[in-house]
Amino acid sequence: MTTTAAHVPTARPTPTPTSTAPTGAAAPTGSTEPVVPTMPRHLLSAGDLTRGSAELILDTAERIDQAMAGREVRKLPTLRGRTVVNLFFEDSTRTRISFELAAKRLSADVINFSAKGSSVSKGESLKDTAWTLQAMGADAVVCRHSASGAPQQLSGWVDGHVINAGDGTHEHPTQALLDAFTLRRHLGRLDGRRIVVVGDVLHSRVARSNVLLLSTLGAQVTLVAPPTLVPVGVDAWPAQVSYDLDGALTGADAVMMLRVQRERMSGAFFPTEREYSRGYGLDERRRALLADDAIVMHPGPMNRGMEITPGVADGVNSVIVEQVANGVTVRMAVLYLLLSGEMDGGL
Amino acid sequence: MHARPAQASTSNARSVAQSVAQPAAGAPEILTEILGGAQIARTIDRIAHQILERNGEQPIVLLGIPTRGVHLAKRLADRLTAFTGRPIPVGSLDITLYRDDLRRRPPRALEETRIPAGGLDNATVVLVDDVLYSGRTIRAALDALRDHGRPAVVQLAVLVDRGHRQLPIRADYVGKNIPTAFGDDVAVHLVEIDGLDSVELARAVPTREEITGRPGEGTS
Repeated sequence: MTTTAAHVPTARPTPTPTSTAPTGAAAPTGSTEPVVPTMPRHLLSAGDLTRGSAELILDTAERIDQAMAGREVRKLPTLRGRTVVNLFFEDSTRTRISFELAAKRLSADVINFSAKGSSVSKGESLKDTAWTLQAMGADAVVCRHSASGAPQQLSGWVDGHVINAGDGTHEHPTQALLDAFTLRRHLGRLDGRRIVVVGDVLHSRVARSNVLLLSTLGAQVTLVAPPTLVPVGVDAWPAQVSYDLDGALTGADAVMMLRVQRERMSGAFFPTEREYSRGYGLDERRRALLADDAIVMHPGPMNRGMEITPGVADGVNSVIVEQVANGVTVRMAVLYLLLSGEMDGGL
Repeated sequence: MHARPAQASTSNARSVAQSVAQPAAGAPEILTEILGGAQIARTIDRIAHQILERNGEQPIVLLGIPTRGVHLAKRLADRLTAFTGRPIPVGSLDITLYRDDLRRRPPRALEETRIPAGGLDNATVVLVDDVLYSGRTIRAALDALRDHGRPAVVQLAVLVDRGHRQLPIRADYVGKNIPTAFGDDVAVHLVEIDGLDSVELARAVPTREEITGRPGEGTS
C-alpha cells in the first residue's frame, strides 16, 4: 500500500510490508502476501524445481508438520472435494501408502488404481487409462510406471496435475524432496554440505532426482558406485563421481545408500554380492569415517547385509525410519501447493 | 460507514492489484493515522484488563493469527503476566490450510502454528488478530481450533474492527472501531515486523463517477 496522495500527514518512511485487507476472502487481514515462488504445473522431475520452489515445498512441509503435531484430529480440510488418483503400474508399498495417507490427511478423495497384470501394450494402456482418469475428473494423478517418461506422457493427456512417483530408471522427485527435508532437519541449510550417494546409480531414479535437487539446494553430491553401475553421461550431472568409498565418506555430512535393484539387472554388473558388499556396502567401520553429526539414509526397501549392514541401518545415526514419516508430510506439501489456486483469476 | 458490500467480492480490482504485491498505481489515497505507538500500547493494556475482568482466574491461552496477530498476542501476554504475576501461555495458529478460498488464489506460504505445551483443552482461548474484516479468517481459525482440542471458551481480541462482516462473527475485545468504506485499506504496522507501531487508514479518493453514479460510496 504505497500512496502518492498529497495528503500524507507525515513524511516518515513507508514501512515495507503493509497489511491491507481489501478482499472479502479469509485473508489474515493483518498479513502481507509474501511473494510465493511459482510451482510447476506437474511434478515430473526434481530438475523442474527452482531453488525457490524447492524451498517453498520444504518450508511448507515443515509448517504442515508443525500444524499436525500433537493434534486431536490428524486431518486438514484443505483438499476437501478434490480427487487424487494413485496410478501405480509398478509395485510399491511405501510410496503408494505415503501418497494415499498424504491425500487423506488433506481430506482429498483417493482412488487407488493398480494396473498390475494388465495385458494391453504399455503405450495404449496408459493412454486409455489417461482418458478414463480424464472422464472421472481427477484433480491430481500420482503415477508410477516402469517406463521412464510415462508421467511426462500422461501429463499431456490429462487436465489434472501429474506427480511422478517413480518412472523407470529416470526420476522420483518426491523421494528426493523427502530426503532433502530429512537432511535439512538434521543439517540445517544444505549449502556446501557434502552428501555421498552410494550404490546402484545406474538403475536408481532416487539418485538422479537427489543429485538434481540437492545440487539446486547448494549441496555437493558425490556419487560412488562400481564402474559398471555408473550411468552413461554422468559427467553432465551436477555431481562428482568416485570409485573410492572410504575416501568419499571421510568427513561427509550424510550418506545415502541405494538399493541394488536386482529386478532391473539383466546382466552381471558385479561378480558376487559379497564382493559388492565389501567394496560398496556400508558397515560400522565406514560409518565411523563420516562427520560426527552425519546421518545415514536409505530410500528403502533395504537389502540388509548387502548395501548396508543391519547394525548401521538400525544404528543411532540412521534416519531411515524418519525418512518414511517425512515422506507423508512432504507429499502433503506437494499436493497442497499443486492443487491450490486452480481457479486463479476467476470466481 | 455504509451498507455492507452486496457480495463477497474477491474480484475487486484493487484487491487483485494488491494480491500481486503491486502498489495500486495511480489510485489516489488519503492516508490518515488512526493510532500511534503510545495509543496502541494503551489499547493493548486496556484489552489485557478487559480479558482479566471477563475471565478472572480461569486459565487463559492466547493464540495469535500470523503474522501480526502473533506479535499482538505476545504483547498481550506480557501485559497479562505483568498484571497477574502468572505466566500466560501464548502460541500461534496459522489458518491458511483452513481457508475457504484456496482454490481461488495462488498457493501461499504457510506460517507458524505453535500450540502451547499445556494444550487447549478446557482453557479459555483468546484468538488475537490485528484487523477484523470479513470474519472469514476467524471462521477458519475456529475450524482449526476444533482440530487442536476442545477449549472451554473461545474469545476474540482484535486491534481494529473495520466492519464489513460477511459472517455472523463479532469480537469480544476491540481496540478501535474504524468505520470504513469497502474500498478503504486499514494498515497495521508493528515494531516487530515493520519497525514502527501505527494503524493507518488509506481512504480511496472517490472518483467523480463514484460520487455521481453511486452516491455515498468511497466518501466519509
